[in-house]
Amino acid sequence: MMRIAVASGKGGTGKTTVATNLAHVASLGDQTVAYVDCDVEEPNGHLFLNPEWLTRKPVTRPVPQVDESKCTQCGNCNEICQFSAIVPLGVTVLVYPELCHGCGGCAWVCPTNAITEIQKEIGVLEMGWSDMVQFNRGLLHIGEAMSPPLIHQVKAAPPKTDITILDAPPGTSCPAIETVRNTDFVLLVTEPTPFGLNDLKLAVEMVRALKLPLGVVINRAGMGDRHTWDYCQASRIPILAEIPDDRQIAEAYSRGQLASHISEHHRDLFQQLLSRISDCVATLDKTPLRIKGITR
Amino acid sequence: MKELVVISGKGGTGKTSIVASLAVLAEKCVVADCDVDAADLHLVLSPKTVKRESFSAGSKARIRPGHCTACGKCEELCRFDAIFYDGPGNGKVAKTFRVDTIACEGCGVCARFCTEQAIEFVPTVSGEWFVSQARTGPMVHARLGIAESNSGKLVSIVRQNAREVAKEHGRDLVIIDGSPGIGCPVIASITGATLVLIVTEPTLSGLHDLDRVAELTQRFAIPTVVCINKWDLNPDVASTIETQASRKGLATLGRVRYDSAVTQAQIREQSVVEYANSNCAEDIRALWKAIHHRLEQP
Repeated sequence: MMRIAVASGKGGTGKTTVATNLAHVASLGDQTVAYVDCDVEEPNGHLFLNPEWLTRKPVTRPVPQVDESKCTQCGNCNEICQFSAIVPLGVTVLVYPELCHGCGGCAWVCPTNAITEIQKEIGVLEMGWSDMVQFNRGLLHIGEAMSPPLIHQVKAAPPKTDITILDAPPGTSCPAIETVRNTDFVLLVTEPTPFGLNDLKLAVEMVRALKLPLGVVINRAGMGDRHTWDYCQASRIPILAEIPDDRQIAEAYSRGQLASHISEHHRDLFQQLLSRISDCVATLDKTPLRIKGITR
Repeated sequence: MKELVVISGKGGTGKTSIVASLAVLAEKCVVADCDVDAADLHLVLSPKTVKRESFSAGSKARIRPGHCTACGKCEELCRFDAIFYDGPGNGKVAKTFRVDTIACEGCGVCARFCTEQAIEFVPTVSGEWFVSQARTGPMVHARLGIAESNSGKLVSIVRQNAREVAKEHGRDLVIIDGSPGIGCPVIASITGATLVLIVTEPTLSGLHDLDRVAELTQRFAIPTVVCINKWDLNPDVASTIETQASRKGLATLGRVRYDSAVTQAQIREQSVVEYANSNCAEDIRALWKAIHHRLEQP
């Protein structure tokens, strides 16, 4: 079982292009493959893999509900809450579900059991198939601020496949971290521009803080400058693929077409990338000093 | 005081390049980089820092191994998978519990319920924010610490300080570079703003993401306009975007042509309008004129 997260600091560098094509070429072999779209704020993988949806279920997170007839205005809930999500005001208690992180603290400290937790729907989990690829994704409800609880549940959804490709949201904070946690390998997609390099460095620092192995894909190689290559070499980061700055790929992308479908040459590029990732993971498994990711 | 927020839904559509150019064209403005976990605007506007402050998003739990009796209460209560049974032994028990600070949400529940008072709950520094003098005037920006959370709170601090700096300098426009997505940092950067500019691109992804981010700004009742960047890469999709936007009541105030000058300008640490006379610079000038006109309307 191999879980590969495809991430990037900067948006629009080609995460979804790489992730969907990897899932597609992986499914041409005899291993079972899943593509999981963890960019729950703006998921796009379905535009390229055109899955047929089989199930759709709501995803919730716990928030407090106060029975004011039992409340004694002791203030314990307000005191434990680090997020100002529950505030006693005179004889009533105001709850701000959008600020609540769902830790459960208020319900536990309430001496009169006036607080129960109810489930607030934050999005949906959709599951289906695209040819031989199991396709799961989360879709955050618009207006909902916190995506990590949804990403967590999307990642936990079945089935377990030989290869799982996780398409991460851009950035280097909570949603990206939630996606790459507990994976076997993080593939960072960048473009060789000053913005791309700056955000790649931030993403590398994030992955290293999580103690996960990583490799880089340089997309649109040919545009920009050579500093990204220099940085990877100096920081001993393997460059696992270079995708040329190719108008054909950009046009295919704009229409929602997989780059692997353009030509055999394009398909080979992703097949080669997949086998390089597998080699990296296999080498790490054999290393006794493998730095373990954070596992439960 | 007016606040123009530039967001995109989809990442990499060209927000930051456009913000840098608008800041140059606006002449008297303050810029705020609210994309705090992947900030890039400083790479173009060469800010000189005049004030820096640390940012604390809250506290995090830390187990004092000497006091832990390995009862496991903390692990049982933690809902964020942040407690691990692999801390050092202490003479009483062979192994103690440990908090993974990256996974710790900072709720304090474990510390509150630990019967041995073995868990400290300590304030942490989660980033820094800066007031700088950039080429375009005052700039407020930030850097979220590595693998830190609560970017929404940091976004609010940057915005608030940008407004104060604008007041001090007698500037009545703040231009805000937002982050991709529709989640917490985006919501924090748009609430109460004067105008949102959505920068999109003519791809199916751009079209799809525009839909969701436009719904978000409508939910918060913020006047919103659209700009299609690199529109000539796929004129058909660009037209579809314009039609869909107008169906939602959003005006497309600009179409910017694809131009390699954007990358060249970036490499020279310049905005597109400063770099050279390009097609793209011409389009951004027209875009600014339309936005300026819109901002002047009551």
